[in-house]
Amino acid sequence: MTKIGVLGLQGAIREHIQSIEASGAEGLTIKRKEQLDEVDGLILPGGESTTMRRLIDKYDFFDALIDFGKQGKPIFGTCAGLILLANDIVGQDHAHLQLMNMKVERNAFGRQKDSFEAKIDISGVADDFEAVFIRAPYIVEVGDNVEILATYRGNVVAAQQGTFLCSAFHPELTNDHRFTNYFVQLVEEVKKTLASS
Amino acid sequence: MSNLGTDRVKRGMAEMQKGGVIMDVVNAEQAKIAEEAGAVAVMALERVPSDIRAAGGVARMADPTIVEEVMNAVSIPVMAKARIGHIVEARVLEAMGVDYIDESEVLTPADEVYHLNKRDYTVPFVCGCRDLGEASRRIGEGASMLRTKGEPGTGNIVEAVRHMREVQSQVRKLVGMSNDEIMTYAKNLGAPYEVLLDIKERGRLPVVNFAAGGVATPADAALMMQLGADGVFVGSGIFKSDNPENYARAIVEATTHYQDYELISKVSKGIGTAMKGIEIGTIAPEQRMQDRGW
Repeated sequence: MTKIGVLGLQGAIREHIQSIEASGAEGLTIKRKEQLDEVDGLILPGGESTTMRRLIDKYDFFDALIDFGKQGKPIFGTCAGLILLANDIVGQDHAHLQLMNMKVERNAFGRQKDSFEAKIDISGVADDFEAVFIRAPYIVEVGDNVEILATYRGNVVAAQQGTFLCSAFHPELTNDHRFTNYFVQLVEEVKKTLASS
Repeated sequence: MSNLGTDRVKRGMAEMQKGGVIMDVVNAEQAKIAEEAGAVAVMALERVPSDIRAAGGVARMADPTIVEEVMNAVSIPVMAKARIGHIVEARVLEAMGVDYIDESEVLTPADEVYHLNKRDYTVPFVCGCRDLGEASRRIGEGASMLRTKGEPGTGNIVEAVRHMREVQSQVRKLVGMSNDEIMTYAKNLGAPYEVLLDIKERGRLPVVNFAAGGVATPADAALMMQLGADGVFVGSGIFKSDNPENYARAIVEATTHYQDYELISKVSKGIGTAMKGIEIGTIAPEQRMQDRGW
């Protein structure tokens, strides 16, 4: 069975595991970098990106996560996870994992009082998807090789670059598992390709 | 079309804080230390609970200048406390754009009968609880997050442990009940029936429940996580210890890896002295903060 990890340092971990399992794969909470060898794909969950980065450094996850992505294994970053994937962050000198060619802005929709839900269409994934945005970022610019999957009021809120997927909203907070399912399928396809190469 | 302040958005915000530590801070400098150490949010207030306890008198919402200063200093969420039932303090904090309001027994209550109707607000609320009845009443009023009350400002974990165990054991009891037993359980707990039904169906509380009120060491934080807390609030424990940077970092790590005892021993080494604690029995009954709230 396809096994998908959720980086388990902080944030909405349980919800992602449930969503992975509802999509027919096995979920594993990753607390140690050695566990990355056991999974075919990885979700970087929502939480506080500054806190997660501190813990990523503390537990020596940084290079291991980049290697995981560079091996061609899929990674899906939601909210804080999207920030971790970007190679440029508005107002910050340093980005984090820099696996996706895009510029993002933290808390771009505002503080908690501006957090909202809206129905959006995710190209090739789902129409009328109930998206929950919490102190959410958005993508300000994308590189040539990045495909825009969804926008909200003109701002890019979901994108894909090969095996890397990201969303500014939280697909794990509703019972609609279509977006997670899309990621699970991506992981399954890549797993087959990597096995035959 | 978009919807602001829905239950999902308010409760979801607290979900993002899970596994993390929320630290009390009284100025921008402390807020930066907390953020640097890996706090998931800070609670901006005028005095930490142990100082409120020592100062006596009426404890109110912090001066908005302090809250604003903290909001400008960090990019993590900022929470602030309003007095129980103080509609205007809560509205002022909401207007300032704080990310979460704690309707808190640490401050002197403004209303001795009613809590805030938290459903009226766009900003989410966290409230204290000692048992499932209190937890369910707060959820019924619209709280999006819970925390144990413990006994704030004591550095003594015993009350937080009592409250966490009580809530957990009552949830387990409820989940094992048949539906025809729930109304009487609701009556006995003083809990809204519908909230109990919802908890039974989910098999757990519908909102996250953090530990608060007495966490003073990394081991205390890990203990509360093991008892089922979703995360930890540390009030006086950090900035009343003799090395706040060390304590802040060590408590964050112990919360993340609460079952890794070697790691907890490592992070607890040589971090200085914890805050001085207070034995609960020496606190006069009228000085107990946990009895505030109805």
